[in-house]
Formats: sequence, structure tokens, C-alpha cells
Amino acid sequence: MAVKDIASGAAEDNIRKERIKGIVFQVFCVIAALFGIVSLGALLIYVIYEAAGWLDLEFITNTPSRFAEKAGVRPPLLGSAFVIGLVALFSLPLGVGSAIYLEEYSKQSFFRRFIEINIANLAGVPSIVYGLLGLGLFVSTFGMPHGIVLVGAFTLTLRVLPIVIVSSQEAIKAVPDLQRHASLGLGTTRWQMIRTVVLPEAVPGILTGTIIALANAMGETAPLIMIGAATTMFTSPHGLFSSFSAMPLQIYAWSDFPQSEFQHGVTPAAIVVLLIIILSMNGIAVYFRNKFYQKKRQK
Amino acid sequence: MIELDGTIMKHNERTETEQKLDTVINVNELSFYYGQTQALFNIDMRIYKNRVTSIIGPSGCGKSTMLRCFNRMNDLIEGTQVEGRILLNDKNIYDKDIDPVRLRRHIGMVFQQPNPFPKSIFDNVAYGPRMFGTHNREKLQEITETSLKKAALWDEVKDRLHKSALSLSGGQQQRLCIARAIAVEPEVILMDEPASALDPIATTFIEDLIDELKKNYTVVIVTHNMQQAGRVGDYTAFFLNGYLEEFDTTEKLFLNPASKKTADYISGRFG
Repeated sequence: MAVKDIASGAAEDNIRKERIKGIVFQVFCVIAALFGIVSLGALLIYVIYEAAGWLDLEFITNTPSRFAEKAGVRPPLLGSAFVIGLVALFSLPLGVGSAIYLEEYSKQSFFRRFIEINIANLAGVPSIVYGLLGLGLFVSTFGMPHGIVLVGAFTLTLRVLPIVIVSSQEAIKAVPDLQRHASLGLGTTRWQMIRTVVLPEAVPGILTGTIIALANAMGETAPLIMIGAATTMFTSPHGLFSSFSAMPLQIYAWSDFPQSEFQHGVTPAAIVVLLIIILSMNGIAVYFRNKFYQKKRQK
Repeated sequence: MIELDGTIMKHNERTETEQKLDTVINVNELSFYYGQTQALFNIDMRIYKNRVTSIIGPSGCGKSTMLRCFNRMNDLIEGTQVEGRILLNDKNIYDKDIDPVRLRRHIGMVFQQPNPFPKSIFDNVAYGPRMFGTHNREKLQEITETSLKKAALWDEVKDRLHKSALSLSGGQQQRLCIARAIAVEPEVILMDEPASALDPIATTFIEDLIDELKKNYTVVIVTHNMQQAGRVGDYTAFFLNGYLEEFDTTEKLFLNPASKKTADYISGRFG
């Protein structure tokens, strides 16, 4: 039979069976994809539902109180903002500087590989270990008071630095060598080339990585407990050497309160405040990343 | 017939010699190493002023390496080593007191892939002058206009100087790169297969441009396209396995090569 009837071959081949297997697999993938989103969505809805009625302008401007109606998050909010602002200030020049050194200046050597492997490993060290390091280094060794803004910022800088370095390295690596050669071939110095070719193209990538690292640092609790930051402060930090509290610490403290108003009102409200900040930071990072890739696509 | 052509060429060759061409670059027993691997062996050749010299040869013969020796771009690769001398106007560019950065301001380079910066057309051409300290707006505009005219691109872009250079076509981008290179007034322009990434029409544009450029500049071009070498080159150097197999006027090398290997290569028997 030269021409096979392609309509009646259903019983002979395995297409039908394979297709069913495919559908089963597809359903599994959809469930896997939904699992994370649905859980996160449920958490968000639950927290927002509980926070409703508690989260208002007064909640932002008031100080903590043992009366739920009067409780607010101004001191820990400002504490977090102050510390994270300093972390950004410290980690950007240090992180970008190390990344530029590793990518643009250092030669391929054992020393460079040693540094790179260590940085990659440091990014995976648990944050409580950084807390211990901060305590041992800044408080015990350098004799700084514990629980102050500066020590908190230094400790969290150590925490985010490996991430900032690695993401800056990635952004710098993404700049094509052709661009570097175009500049150097014209007779520019290495620094001129880095300043005018590498950095302008790498900045969006560097910012994306840094902002995501800072957003993570915003939620860090363990290192701040280790360096002795207060769980509750009634005054906002007013200088580098003043004691402070941070949003996650305050949330931790409130979640321990026995009253139902704290458990199901004040704590969720504070969580929503923290989530809004972190999610908007991530949003800004995504914006930079999209801008970065748009530029790449044009090439 | 070949005999006849050969005679004519000999005659031409004599006229060239009688003109006493100025030597811009004199390569003297140059050897080059990537780590342990030797890539160039005892090269001796001259680059003449206001002439186009083509370097041809099969892949891996060392032609790009040779080109990158002229502006010391090979210095950027770790573990390379140079022996011998390259004299630029009688000064060895590998002497200790030569700063490769300053050298590259005299010897410009155009790369295989068009590589404009992701900046505006104007900023691309003005890049070099700015880096060398010219910030006067009018002066920069003047330089940009002259350079783009010399690169035969002005008419196509004069109304959109502040648009991104990446909006240009590949051929236009390559002419922009040429404009960027000549904006800093180099003596010599090195071109590393400048048309290999372009379509035939854009290639013709670039070749016509090279012919025009030699009025003001000395051009060295690496190409794997022999027709191109025949069309644009006044002189041609044939490299093989890291050796300079033959170096002569283009007419002589193509019509009456001294070496059998050259004859085999240009007639397409290998490579």
C-alpha cells in the first residue's frame, strides 16, 4: 500500500498516549507555577485584610505605644531608612570599586581567582554570621557602642557587599570588548575608557543589583539583633551614634505581644509598610533592568 | 600574455621607486608570541606614506596580529611578547619611552565589526577630540562635520546628528567608525577586515572611501578577500603561517608573484 490512510492510523501509533502524558505534565507545571504565586497572594491578601483600619497616616507618624490605637512606626521606619541609606552610601563605591578592579585592572592570576571565589562564597554566608562579625569587629575590636546606626550600617554593608560586587561584575562583563577596544584604539587611557564606555553602559545593571541587595538588607533581622539594635525605640535616630530600631525588629517585637490588636492589627500594618517599601525598591530595580535590556536589544 | 603584463608591471614598479616614496612604518625583524606560541616570524616590511597596503593570507596566518602590532593593541592581551622593531618615522614604537596611549593617537584603528558607542552620531565622532581635551562646542562641530564628510557619511546623517549611532545601518556604522578614527587626525589608519561584516554595496562604499582616504592618510588594511586587496591596495603583503611570504606592489604580487605559494593562494588553490 503506497499511500497510507493518515486518518485511520489512530489505533496503531502512540500519538494519543503521548499527548495525554504531555497534558498531565503541562498540568503539573501550571500547578507548580501557581503554587508560589497563590501562596504569596494569599499572604498579601491576609496581611492587607488584617492591616485594614490600622494602617493610616498616624500609624506612620506615631511612635510605638503599649496602646494599640496609638502605636506607630516612625522610629523604626526612620531607623531602617537611615541605616539602608548609609549602606547604599558605603556599599556602592566599595562594591563598584572592587568589581572594576576585578574586571578591568587585575590580570588573570591565582590571586584574582582566590578573591572571586571568596566573594562568591561570602554571598552565601548566613546573615547571622555577619551579625557576629559586626559585633566582633566593630563593637568588641573597635570599641564602638552596640546598637547604634553606624554599626548597623557597617554590618549590613558587609552583608550586601558580596552581592553588590558580583552583580556589578556581571554588569561590567556585559559591556562588549569591542566597545573597550574602540575607545582604547583611539588613544584613551584605561581610566578614560572605563569612565566613558564601561560605566555608562554598566550603571543600570549595577543599580539593579544594588537595589535588590538593599531591599534584602531592609528585611534583615538577625544581624541587627546580634549587634544589639533595639527591638523598640520611642525616639527616631538623630545621628550616626544614636541607638535605633528597624522595621523587621519592631515587627518581631509586636508579633510577641499577647493582645489581639497587636497580633491582628498593628503587626500586619507594620508588615504592609515594610512590604510596600521593599516591593517598590524591587520595582525600581526592575525598571532599571528593563531599561538596560532595551538598550542592549538595540545593538 | 603573462610575460607582457610582467614587463608592464616592472616598468610601473620602477616609476614607483623613482618617486622615492616616504616610509612611514618600517618593520624590522619582528617576531611575536602569544605565550609560548610564536605567531609572527622575522617580519620585514615597509608601509609607505599615502599608500594603501593590504595584508592578505589564510585564516590564522598572523595578518591581524601584524596589524595589531602597529598600534600595540596586542599589549592588551596578557602574555604576549614582541621581538624586533617597528619604526614609526624612525622611532621604535616598542621602545620603553613610547606610551602606547600616545602611539594610538597617531595610528587609528577600524575594527572588523562596526563598533560605534551607544551614543549619538555627533558624540561618537567628537569622542576622540573630547578625550584629548577639546571641549569647545564650535570646534567640535567643525571637526565632526569635516570627519563625516571625509568618511562620505555627512549627507546621510547631517539632519540627525543627535540620533543614536545604533540607528544607522551596518555600512553607515562602519563609515561612522572611520569618521571617529579620522576625527583625531591620525597619520596611519589600520583597518581589520573593515568590510567583512557588510553587504556588497556597503563594501563598495568602504572601498571607494579607502581610495579617497589615502590622499590624506596612510592606510593598512587586513582582508581575506583577495579581490578587495587587488582593488584597494597599492602594496600587498601575503602572510603564510606567521611568515611574510611575499611583499610587493599589488600589480606585481597578483600578476607576477615571485613565490609559488603566493601564486597558488591568489589563484585560489588553497586558503
